[in-house]
Amino acid sequence: MVVSESAPAEMAGLSQDQLRSMYRDMVLGRLLDERILVLNRQGRAPFAISGQGHEAAQVGVGYALRRGHDWLVPYYRDLTLVLVMGMEPKDHLLAALGKAADPNSGARQMPGHYGSRAHNIVTTGSPVATQILHAVGVAQSFRYRKEDTVVVVSVGEGGSSEGDWHEGLNWAAIYHLPVVFLVENNAYAISVPQSRQMAVAHVADRAAGYGMAGAVVDGGDVLAVYRAASEAVERARSGQGPTLLEALCVRLQSHSSDDDQRRYRTAEDLADTRAHDPVVRFRTELEAAGVLLDGDADEIRQECQRLIEAAQEEADQAPVPDAASALMHVYAEA
Amino acid sequence: MAEITYVEAIRSAMEDEMRRDDRVLVMGEDVGAKGGVFGATAGLFAAFGEERVIDSPLAEAAIVGVAIGCALAGLRPIAEIQFLDFIPPAMDQIISEAAKIRYRSNGDWSCPMVIRAPCGGGVHVHGALYHSQSLEAMFAHVPGLKVVVPSTPTDAKGLLLAAIRDPDPVCFFEHKALYRSLREEVPDDEYLVPIGQGRVVREGRDISCITYGATVHEAVAAADRLAKDGVQVEVVDLRTVRPLDRSIIISTARKTGKVLVAHEANLAIGVGAEVAAIVAEECFQQLDAPVMRIGGPEIPAIPFAESLAEVYCLGPDKIEAKLRELAAY
Repeated sequence: MVVSESAPAEMAGLSQDQLRSMYRDMVLGRLLDERILVLNRQGRAPFAISGQGHEAAQVGVGYALRRGHDWLVPYYRDLTLVLVMGMEPKDHLLAALGKAADPNSGARQMPGHYGSRAHNIVTTGSPVATQILHAVGVAQSFRYRKEDTVVVVSVGEGGSSEGDWHEGLNWAAIYHLPVVFLVENNAYAISVPQSRQMAVAHVADRAAGYGMAGAVVDGGDVLAVYRAASEAVERARSGQGPTLLEALCVRLQSHSSDDDQRRYRTAEDLADTRAHDPVVRFRTELEAAGVLLDGDADEIRQECQRLIEAAQEEADQAPVPDAASALMHVYAEA
Repeated sequence: MAEITYVEAIRSAMEDEMRRDDRVLVMGEDVGAKGGVFGATAGLFAAFGEERVIDSPLAEAAIVGVAIGCALAGLRPIAEIQFLDFIPPAMDQIISEAAKIRYRSNGDWSCPMVIRAPCGGGVHVHGALYHSQSLEAMFAHVPGLKVVVPSTPTDAKGLLLAAIRDPDPVCFFEHKALYRSLREEVPDDEYLVPIGQGRVVREGRDISCITYGATVHEAVAAADRLAKDGVQVEVVDLRTVRPLDRSIIISTARKTGKVLVAHEANLAIGVGAEVAAIVAEECFQQLDAPVMRIGGPEIPAIPFAESLAEVYCLGPDKIEAKLRELAAY
């Protein structure tokens, strides 16, 4: 395939290397997610929660940030996003297998509860939308210290029904804080469809009610997300306040390893969801634009597989937590 | 040595610490230009500006949740909840988030912050059901939190300074009946009162009255009455209800062999039960009487009318009666 001269310009001003890197990160997230689900089905990982279908939204947002400088307050579907922020596949295999070296929590929390100070990823718990307020406080701190740092906080569309969501957006808008509220709307909160979650068509319709900018973007289109997120991040960084950015995603897997979405979603709905796989879509676009040549996609896939194999080997060998360590870190060690 | 009120002790602790450490900031309802509904932040807005003394929207979960975010980002926030009665919307943030941040991140993150709230009532406070509660036991149940309930201006200042400098979240509950009724000389120079250490307020050999908060003063008044009859009551102010000062509880119980635990909070499943359990476990051989407790009755909170409030509140008379019962045992 001939490389199209115009392709990079059409692709959000990103270089071919950046585009390939974005695709590679989407594939890495997908394959790691699949591996963790396999470990669960093998009975080796007691619990798994999937972000499959959200990869384009997460890579688009991640690439709009200054990684190593900006902050992320994630939620449980953000496997690909925390990888983009600098965490490693091994980190999450250690978590899935409940190993002591899990950097998220030392195997104290269920997998999917991300956090890493080294990568400016704030620790997260299970209650939905509590993290919204933490991001607002983080942004308040950036403003107080006159730093040009931006924080992104993510949540599902179901989380936007919580009180903490409302309180956080209201506060952030009042003080024009440098925060981007990312809603990864995959149309289901476990089994409850969006129509039973809100009476508006889009979560971002509410942005005006808070007095902040809002945007809805096709979360299956990584470059569209990248453009929208870049705009939101720039708005935040330049002191013009928060943005409510809603990315319309698909949920390819059930809510968690303890759920079976075939019990509440129709076969047609699930088939349509699979037809909107963002990883397949970006590969097709990059091949059509000549950014990925014959064999490139396979090579990327193999490189990611090798990385995951090596990571799993390490995670397999890693020790479980020492029982005595269960009593540590309740308070600062004296 | 300057003579100051309890609320001035709280205010001056925050002011001193904000001058010393620019990471310290205050947020809450009406804490700005008004200086708080009880004046605990009076003058801070003028001194430090709106970036450090933040008038929050009327949203308690947000006050605590945003403060948590500030702590995660390296600041030392003080979150003021206007009345402890209004803290339930923030319980998720306190119990599920602040208390667990260090543990759940395996020590990677921490949450150094203070949650201040006026608590308590009284016959003449007229706070009624929603401006009078003593909810400290709810927080004292949670590993990861520290819970301080000071009884004097000196302790209030020294403990608040210690709380602000503490590396973990501290709930700091101030009895509103003490705010202006209590005045004493406090040291001019900086001093800290360590969290987790009780204090013998009044020595005695016959009975121990273990208490904290505003009830300390009622217990001392009751003890003075018994002293006239030759019964020496030792009054112990726990000062902190998590962590409890086990050694002071054990030493006073072993010394006197008779223990009354008194607190304004509802008695059942309360701090007094934990203190009684420690005494039962550690001092069984030295006890001369069953451990007794006195506290709030089985009604939700202090009612408005004085005739009803009296049913709830302790006061020196009820404590005295209980101490005499114990003395006669």
